[in-house]
Amino acid sequence: MLDISLYFIFLLGLSSYYIGKNRAKKNINLITETGGLESHYGLYLVIWTALPALIFYITWSIISNYLIKEATLDSIPSDLLPENLSMQKLFLDSIIVVAKGGNSLSKVPEISVAFYQNFAFYSTLGKSISTISISLISFFIFYRKIDSTVRAKNFLERIILVFLFISSIIAIMTTVGIILSLVVETSKFFQDVTIFEYFFGLLWSPQMALREGQVAAEGSFGAVPVFAGTFLITLIAMALAGPVGLFSAIYLSEYASKNTRKIIKPTIEVLAGVPTVVYGFFAALVVGPFIRRTSESFGLAASSESALAAGLVMGIMIIPFISSLSDDVINSVPQSLREASFGVGATKSETIKKVIIPAALPGIVAAFMLAISRAIGETMIVVMAAGLSAKLTANPLDSVTTVTVQIVTLLVGDHEFDSTKTMAAFALGMTLFAITLMLNIYALRVVKKYREKYD
Amino acid sequence: MTNIDLLENQRDKLITKRYNKEKRFILIGRLAIALTIMFLTILLGSIVLRGISGFTTTTITFNVTLDKKLIDPESTNDKKVISSARWRKITRDSIYNVLNDMSLVMNGEVLSKAEQKSLVRLFSRSSEYQIRDIVMDDISLVGKTIEVTLPTASEVDQFLKGKIDENLPEDNRPLNNIQISWINHMVDNGMINKTFNSNLFTKGDSRNAEDAGILGALMGSLLALLVCLSISFPLGVMASIYLEEFAPKNKLTDMIEVNINNLAAVPSIVFGLLGLAIFLNVFNLPRSSPLAGGLVLALMTLPTIIISSRAAIKAVPPSIREAAMGLGASKMQSVTHHVLPLAMPGMLTGTIIGMAQALGETAPLLMMGMVAFIVDVPQSITDPSTVLPAQIFLWSDQPERGFEEKTAAAIMVLLGFLLTMNALAVFLRNKFERKW
Repeated sequence: MLDISLYFIFLLGLSSYYIGKNRAKKNINLITETGGLESHYGLYLVIWTALPALIFYITWSIISNYLIKEATLDSIPSDLLPENLSMQKLFLDSIIVVAKGGNSLSKVPEISVAFYQNFAFYSTLGKSISTISISLISFFIFYRKIDSTVRAKNFLERIILVFLFISSIIAIMTTVGIILSLVVETSKFFQDVTIFEYFFGLLWSPQMALREGQVAAEGSFGAVPVFAGTFLITLIAMALAGPVGLFSAIYLSEYASKNTRKIIKPTIEVLAGVPTVVYGFFAALVVGPFIRRTSESFGLAASSESALAAGLVMGIMIIPFISSLSDDVINSVPQSLREASFGVGATKSETIKKVIIPAALPGIVAAFMLAISRAIGETMIVVMAAGLSAKLTANPLDSVTTVTVQIVTLLVGDHEFDSTKTMAAFALGMTLFAITLMLNIYALRVVKKYREKYD
Repeated sequence: MTNIDLLENQRDKLITKRYNKEKRFILIGRLAIALTIMFLTILLGSIVLRGISGFTTTTITFNVTLDKKLIDPESTNDKKVISSARWRKITRDSIYNVLNDMSLVMNGEVLSKAEQKSLVRLFSRSSEYQIRDIVMDDISLVGKTIEVTLPTASEVDQFLKGKIDENLPEDNRPLNNIQISWINHMVDNGMINKTFNSNLFTKGDSRNAEDAGILGALMGSLLALLVCLSISFPLGVMASIYLEEFAPKNKLTDMIEVNINNLAAVPSIVFGLLGLAIFLNVFNLPRSSPLAGGLVLALMTLPTIIISSRAAIKAVPPSIREAAMGLGASKMQSVTHHVLPLAMPGMLTGTIIGMAQALGETAPLLMMGMVAFIVDVPQSITDPSTVLPAQIFLWSDQPERGFEEKTAAAIMVLLGFLLTMNALAVFLRNKFERKW
């Protein structure tokens, strides 16, 4: 609900630009002494009129939103209040719906509805009045302040700098948000399930009803089969993408003519631009059935959700990743090394094998690590083409499950948020995040060093 | 043979061996490239092959008798009365008549229950609603007999596209013998026609393959991208300006840089978990809404935009800044008046590429509940909706045959959008690229 005070701030802010500008215009000394422009004074007044009032408005909204829920909950007669916390939340929600004029299926106490409406009315009233007065007061104070002592330009630039700084902090805040949300849920998960069982247990069946005589969630959250499945699919993907990507990179950077390179390189990169859901469709409808038919013709039993299908398609997805990263690394090997090698009579392939690859090895390893991290975190292909049941197997024709598949199946659809099941998804997410982060930090550092070393 | 000859012979052999090795090496390289291009061709080819037929559909034209007694016996002309008429019976009666019109059955001959069922199955399950909507648009039709053109059931469509094998035993195929003979008659009579599948672009999701469209998903994607763009573009540009132009060299700046690079490599599903825990559970944003989805996409694309914007700012030569400052501009003025406009094309290119990434992204949106079955086309950023990739994911799971070509067709639409966006980015880069 946008109330009148926001419109007021908007209008006052808009007009204060012209008012401030006019006041500066009248005072010619101002401009010549401070080195600012008239419009700077307009903006100066706009900021002072709107910003404090807006900050106040938002703070009040957040606080009152919190208070109103607590107070309404207290106002519910104790005989009507459900004991369960999530039921309380639902009950409160239906009270709020009724208070806003909607209909609710469950019967709600009128006293709480009236209380909520009263609270909301006075809160909004108080908010509007104080917001309007704050903006008016600061408007007058700073209107009078516009004289030769105010350096509006410096002030404006400092404000802009603050905003620039805040937006660059968002990156850190995102990371902190990721870590916080993962850690909080994961720690709840480990209250139900021991760390030992999670990392070493061999049975993963979070969807199953608990077996008889089972204590809490014991015995169904052993993540080893999930990790093993992820590992198997990643291995298959890398077995395809590693050699193909690397040899493409070598050929493109060392052998291909400029024109060939100009055509082939973007063509390969098209693969990187295809959305993963498309690869998933391809894996599930084309590659999966193909592999099953082929292996059946050899007399091998294959699941239609085989690890091989998901792994191969994931490999195709990763090829451009490996080839373009390796290409960069190989190109950064200085020309003098190649020439020295040719000078002692080595052929091109010998130069590549004996000189360039060793020189580029750490960078190539880093590229592979980034690719592995990409493969581990890839979701759609495995969700669509790999299985759901956690089997501990090394047979690529069997169906296995992965960390990301489990996260998706545990969290998609209707669920209560605080069950062990959903928290297990966050534990898996935490594991995934930790592993990929380690791979990334190490690999990014190597790649960066590489660029500096030969530059 | 002298010693020298022997040595020369050995040398020649060695050289041949080395040259062969060289050839093999090149061959492996060529093979790798050929393999990659083959994969690409198979990937795109198999999708186009499957999807191209999804753009056409089969319609059936037949007469519907709008019996006044069944629709509006008291001539009220009230839309409510008409809307709640017995449309199913009206539709069925007209369908049973179709065989009479083709003179496949004698007048007065009554079809058996099984035959009636078989016949009705040839028509779309939504026929009765579509006929109702036609009448609701023009009440004066009541009492007349009108000719309507409606989609057939998706099995008929699939049969005519050759995707149902006629030689299978009758029990194993979705159409029985009598249905097939009717279909063939109708095709001969010109009742069944192939047309462009406009439903695909004008309708939301549906359980019936013949009625399902991507409009809802397209709108959802558009709204989510709008949210994403309006957040990540300003934030990304401001962050990159700070980092390139103003940031002091200290620990905090280093940390921000490391953070941005790492965020770019964090698996997308982790962003989904973040969105689920923070946007949905702490901030209570509406589930399945483009607002919540767009916010997650914004956090995901932010690193891409920052990295490319920084490259664009770096490309502006220092002489521009120095010239501006030499004329008395402040640092901030030199940036906002000179560096930013010059770097803008590069920033836009990066942003478009980031948006293309966001458009193709599915996994984090699964976490935000954007994979629900939603029929209505979303109107605002808080309506429940799905996005194009999520729609593809949903359809690919449908057991009904007719959805397979629809899924592939939707993929073609998605790829078309991505291609356009990337082409636009390349165009921008080429048009505005400046050599300093």
